[in-house]
Amino acid sequence: MTDTALREHVAQPDLPPPASEVGVIGWVYKNLFSSPLNIILTVVSAALIILVVPPFLDWAIFSAYWGAGTSRAVCQTPVIVDGLEQMVKTGACWTMVRARFGQFMFGFYPFDERWRIVLGLVIQFGAIAWLLVERIPGKLYAAITLFVVYPVLAFWLYYGGLGLPVVETRLWGGLFLNIILGTVGIVASLPIGIVLALGRRSNMPVIRLLCTAFIEFWRGVPLISVLFMASVMLPLFLPEGVTFDKLMRAMIGIALFSSAYMAEVVRGGLQAIPKGQYEGAMALGLNYWKMMGFIVLPQALRIVIPGIVNTFIGLFKDTTLVTIIGLFDLLGHAQTATRDAQWQGLGKEGYVFTAVGFFVFCFAMARYSIYLERKLRRGYKR
Amino acid sequence: MSDAAATAAAPSTLAVGKEVMVRMEGVHKWYGQFHVLKNINLTVKKGERIVICGPSGSGKSTMIRCINRLEEHQKGRISVENVELTHDLKNIEQVRREVGMVFQHFNLFPHLTVLENLTLAPIWVRKMPKAEAEKIAMKYLERVKIPEQAAKYPGQLSGGQQQRVAIARSLCMNPKVMLFDEPTSALDPEMIKEVLDVMIGLAESGMTMLCVTHEMGFANRVANRVIFMDFGEIIEENEPKEFFNNPRSDRTKLFLSQILHH
Repeated sequence: MTDTALREHVAQPDLPPPASEVGVIGWVYKNLFSSPLNIILTVVSAALIILVVPPFLDWAIFSAYWGAGTSRAVCQTPVIVDGLEQMVKTGACWTMVRARFGQFMFGFYPFDERWRIVLGLVIQFGAIAWLLVERIPGKLYAAITLFVVYPVLAFWLYYGGLGLPVVETRLWGGLFLNIILGTVGIVASLPIGIVLALGRRSNMPVIRLLCTAFIEFWRGVPLISVLFMASVMLPLFLPEGVTFDKLMRAMIGIALFSSAYMAEVVRGGLQAIPKGQYEGAMALGLNYWKMMGFIVLPQALRIVIPGIVNTFIGLFKDTTLVTIIGLFDLLGHAQTATRDAQWQGLGKEGYVFTAVGFFVFCFAMARYSIYLERKLRRGYKR
Repeated sequence: MSDAAATAAAPSTLAVGKEVMVRMEGVHKWYGQFHVLKNINLTVKKGERIVICGPSGSGKSTMIRCINRLEEHQKGRISVENVELTHDLKNIEQVRREVGMVFQHFNLFPHLTVLENLTLAPIWVRKMPKAEAEKIAMKYLERVKIPEQAAKYPGQLSGGQQQRVAIARSLCMNPKVMLFDEPTSALDPEMIKEVLDVMIGLAESGMTMLCVTHEMGFANRVANRVIFMDFGEIIEENEPKEFFNNPRSDRTKLFLSQILHH
């Protein structure tokens, strides 16, 4: 062998990583105790969790009374205090929620007609699932069902007429009311918001001015004042004898209010699209609407999915504000229940139940948004 | 330049028609106070291949972008196949249907597959049935030698492949004029050739082309005319051999010495 001969390279064997990098110990070290600050944060967080969670779980679940009943008395158990037997409530009294469940869900909607709401909501959420779950085929039919058939059907089912007894909208309430207001707001605010966002970026000064003024007006006023104006002031301006359903006014107020927010979210997405995309589309002869519809909006909306869903969630929670104009939603009924002599002092139960009710819907929306982002990211990377 | 001279015979064999495709007469353009294009006069006949060069900021990109109205001119007349570009949207759309453009940064649509990038405009602008549009798209993908990438997204391709897709996308609209705005400037050196080969093939098929490029080998090989621009003006215009061997202005001479001997 000479010096110029190629030496064969012998690969070194792979060694296992040190214990501080892998396994449970590695994870705990890296994530919980890697630095003094991290150690302090870990200890404080653990203390907070121990301080808050067990008492809450005890109150809400383990010491709670779940049985049926007609007043808070059933929730009390005899306890010896200072040698005397006293009736004391030890945990949450879910009896109240059981007794008031119908109102919490449907408001004052007549008991015998509540099946109409259940049927309508089953159709609504069925159609939404059909549209959103990838595995189920026939998305076009799902969209037609949800956006064309369902609104007509829902109006007939919920309001009545044509063989069904009419139920005035002042009787609508509970979580049903929140869902209706939220759905209308969501369905209306996205398209209106997109149009406003495009308008605000238009080359035509008049359109740009109108859209900007509209957006800034609705963003500049609180939703409570919008609802208040809609319910109290608007009728004063309408001619004598013209009445306009209060729920309808609230719906329009919420839809316009949230479309202004939506417009700004969408505008953020539009601004993120490089000029080259517009030029590429224009050079191919696509007109404005085709360029926006096929090239710009699909990319812009994808970018702002978190913002859109954020607005949806905010909008859904804001529907509780209709209480101040005398529409009784879930929160309204929860508050009313605690003023009832039978259930006095059970505010906590009402609010916790309301919170859980809203959390279910908002969390579902949040998870779907994460799923959608992942799915759309899968296709292409830049 | 001996090899360039050997291939320089090629352009003369390609027929140039009498029909005027693009006509620019006394075109001026300003960006605010800045006078970018000054009295541009240019006539491009059917089948002509024109290379436009010049230092950056000389207005060469702006000039070809005026031809499909990505930029608006403020004075003078521009017409493509006798359709004058004015504020009339109908005319603008008609011109854009007939004029293809390839950009420095490709401008492919990242959310669509390669095939969808190619078929979008034929389907929605030319109202072509989807099956036919896909057939034509595959034909052009084969011509640019990447039919196997049809189902991929642009982000999964190399720069050279993306630019070839962009050329194929323009060709799917069956354009009468092709504009190239520095098509190889954003590419890695080893990818420039594959794009230039496609452009040479296109030139040999008789396409009317206006190319803003500094690829002087390409200019030598396919151009009928080379245009040198600076300060928003056309400084010199000549057939490639004369242009490179006997530049008439000092400015051209300086520019050529800078790009050829660095």
